[in-house]
Amino acid sequence: MSTVIKVEDLGKLYRLGKVGTGTISHDLNSWWARVRGKEDPTLKLGSSNDRTKKADSQYVWALKNINFEVSQGDVLGIIGKNGAGKSTLLKILSRTTSPTTGSFKAKGRIASLLEVGTGFHPELSGRENIFLNGAILGMTKSEIRSKFDEIVAFSGVERYIDTPVKRYSSGMYVRLAFAVAAHLEPEILIVDEVLAVGDAEFQEKCLGKMKDVSGQGRTVLFVSHNMPAVKSLCKTGLYLKFGEVLHQGPIENVLTEYLAENRTVAETGEIPDDFHRSAGTGEALFTKVYATSISNQKVKDLAFGEKFRIHTEIELHKDFIDATLCLTIVSSTGDPVMFIRDSLFGIQNSRKFDKGTVSIEIDMNVKLMPGNYSITAGFIQTKTGFAIDWVENVYSFRVVRIGYMGGDDYPYYTVHGYTEPESNWKYKQLNS
Amino acid sequence: MDSEEKWDLVVKPQVSVFDLNLKEVWRYRDLLILFVKRDIVAVYKQTILGPIWFVLQPLLQTIVFNFVFSSSFSRSINGCPYFLFTFCGIACWNYFAECLTNTSNTFIANSSIFGKVYFPRLISPLAIVTSSVIKFLIQFVFFIVMLIYFIVIGRVGMEISWSVFLVPLLVILMAMLGLSIGITISSLTTKYRDLRFLIAFGVQLFMFVSPVLRPVTPEAVNAKKHFIEMLNPMASILEAFKFIFLGNGTGTLSWPWLLYSTGFAFLTFFLAVIIFNKVEKSFMDTV
Repeated sequence: MSTVIKVEDLGKLYRLGKVGTGTISHDLNSWWARVRGKEDPTLKLGSSNDRTKKADSQYVWALKNINFEVSQGDVLGIIGKNGAGKSTLLKILSRTTSPTTGSFKAKGRIASLLEVGTGFHPELSGRENIFLNGAILGMTKSEIRSKFDEIVAFSGVERYIDTPVKRYSSGMYVRLAFAVAAHLEPEILIVDEVLAVGDAEFQEKCLGKMKDVSGQGRTVLFVSHNMPAVKSLCKTGLYLKFGEVLHQGPIENVLTEYLAENRTVAETGEIPDDFHRSAGTGEALFTKVYATSISNQKVKDLAFGEKFRIHTEIELHKDFIDATLCLTIVSSTGDPVMFIRDSLFGIQNSRKFDKGTVSIEIDMNVKLMPGNYSITAGFIQTKTGFAIDWVENVYSFRVVRIGYMGGDDYPYYTVHGYTEPESNWKYKQLNS
Repeated sequence: MDSEEKWDLVVKPQVSVFDLNLKEVWRYRDLLILFVKRDIVAVYKQTILGPIWFVLQPLLQTIVFNFVFSSSFSRSINGCPYFLFTFCGIACWNYFAECLTNTSNTFIANSSIFGKVYFPRLISPLAIVTSSVIKFLIQFVFFIVMLIYFIVIGRVGMEISWSVFLVPLLVILMAMLGLSIGITISSLTTKYRDLRFLIAFGVQLFMFVSPVLRPVTPEAVNAKKHFIEMLNPMASILEAFKFIFLGNGTGTLSWPWLLYSTGFAFLTFFLAVIIFNKVEKSFMDTV
């Protein structure tokens, strides 16, 4: 396979703070250095991009020393937490901004999909916008014309094709926009989380389309927080952290690394204050989530088949009459394996939670297959489903292959499935 | 071995200032046409009069200026109806001013598109200039109709000669000047926006020092003033335009000054494209 993208020593420096009268002296300084052919003094100042630390410099490297290659037909998933530099990398690769250091080289036409419906004009009809948007994305008029019917059919908005798009529902708007993007035929496609839009059926359609694209020998670069989507689409992965490449290789390895790296919470299960909460109002906060053996022994490794207990502690800042705790156990590749909630309380009758700290212990009687797992916990409003607090992959644990007999004798693990439930087997000899 | 590989695209932090990539601009010509179409069509959507507004606007301006200035200037234009004289000046000036003001906003107005998709950024200002030329042509046709009317009723003599072939050149020069100044301002305002406050009234002030509503001070009357006024690159263009259609006395056709304006236009255009090209690479970080 030939290399179609080669990134060498790529770096991007940003200045923090606002632009004003004070910044012009810095500009003049670095300009003067460049005029004399010396190294730009501001480049030396940049610190690495760790948001949690207070900046010791006005400049920050959003990306630093990025090196990788992508070969033809590869689907590369770029993962990392918010602020890891994923979007900056995509911006450079899609040429909306230029790197501060290093270079990248590419073969073939690059089209980027950092957003759907870029350049849609609200006053123009769907038909006119298909042409306009297609051209912005780099298609020629004749290319668009030859695919026009296909695009309209894919979007499913035939009836409204001559209506201004400002009259469209937001769903129709997105469908039309994605339809145009999906019919691009570049050699290299760069996609940023556009799949987060639209209904489930449409998302399926989009994922299918992306699979088609990669199946045709095109190269795709995909950035997403949706780990199952990354896992099912991508062949290789690139894990960014604080603007640097932490891990790259086959997608399974990278995902495992990513989830292991992001378990973050210490053995005690105490959640630090700066833990990234995916959603919530802040009215209640998880303070602890961890798992122990049934005898309350804190263990990171659970024996296969052993019952275990999940402990949670929630700090409530007010009374809740309509709330529920739910947990998801997530596999090392990011797939949700099982969902746990208090079955005594449903939508009709909820438990009342009083202000203060509450501890909830859940005894689990499930045989998880040997492998790595993590817990995602949510405290939600029962009726609406809105999250009051939501912590993802907050605690990770391992199920080890210690079998019933106490030895390392259980031969199966997560490739065979995630659980081994109780089952009844009946054998009958039908003939002999 | 690496250097032997053929790459279609190489992106580096520093590129040569002369790397203008005009081939790419040409590849995106379809986009240019669609942008022009968008600008023209979207403007008069949901209006009753539609494209008539393109003519109505300068017409109303002419009527007002006519009311204010006709008594002071109409004697100095050799009997030509001041109404026609002003309309001619305003149509030309509006074209130049529109090229300038609309392109001066290129980076800021398009930052939402530019931040998401790459295409040669020069397409946007070029589209503005092209759609403005279409508006100008509509006004120009209207001007010719009025001119014919005035010729028929005998207020204006038939003065049109071979020099009418200069008109396309004059239009191109006005576009180049407007575009050059506009995109230079847009390049300079991505980071520090101070210059933006100058444009709106700057263009207005510039109109009053240009021979739009009046002819240039004749050389015989005040040679020094004539020279200073002609240093304005728009002066000889406007003068020539009026000379071609309205005849001697309303304007002058001065070859040396036209040559000066042409040189000025090409030089600023060249510089502006270089500045623009340099800024477009990373303006997204500062806009």
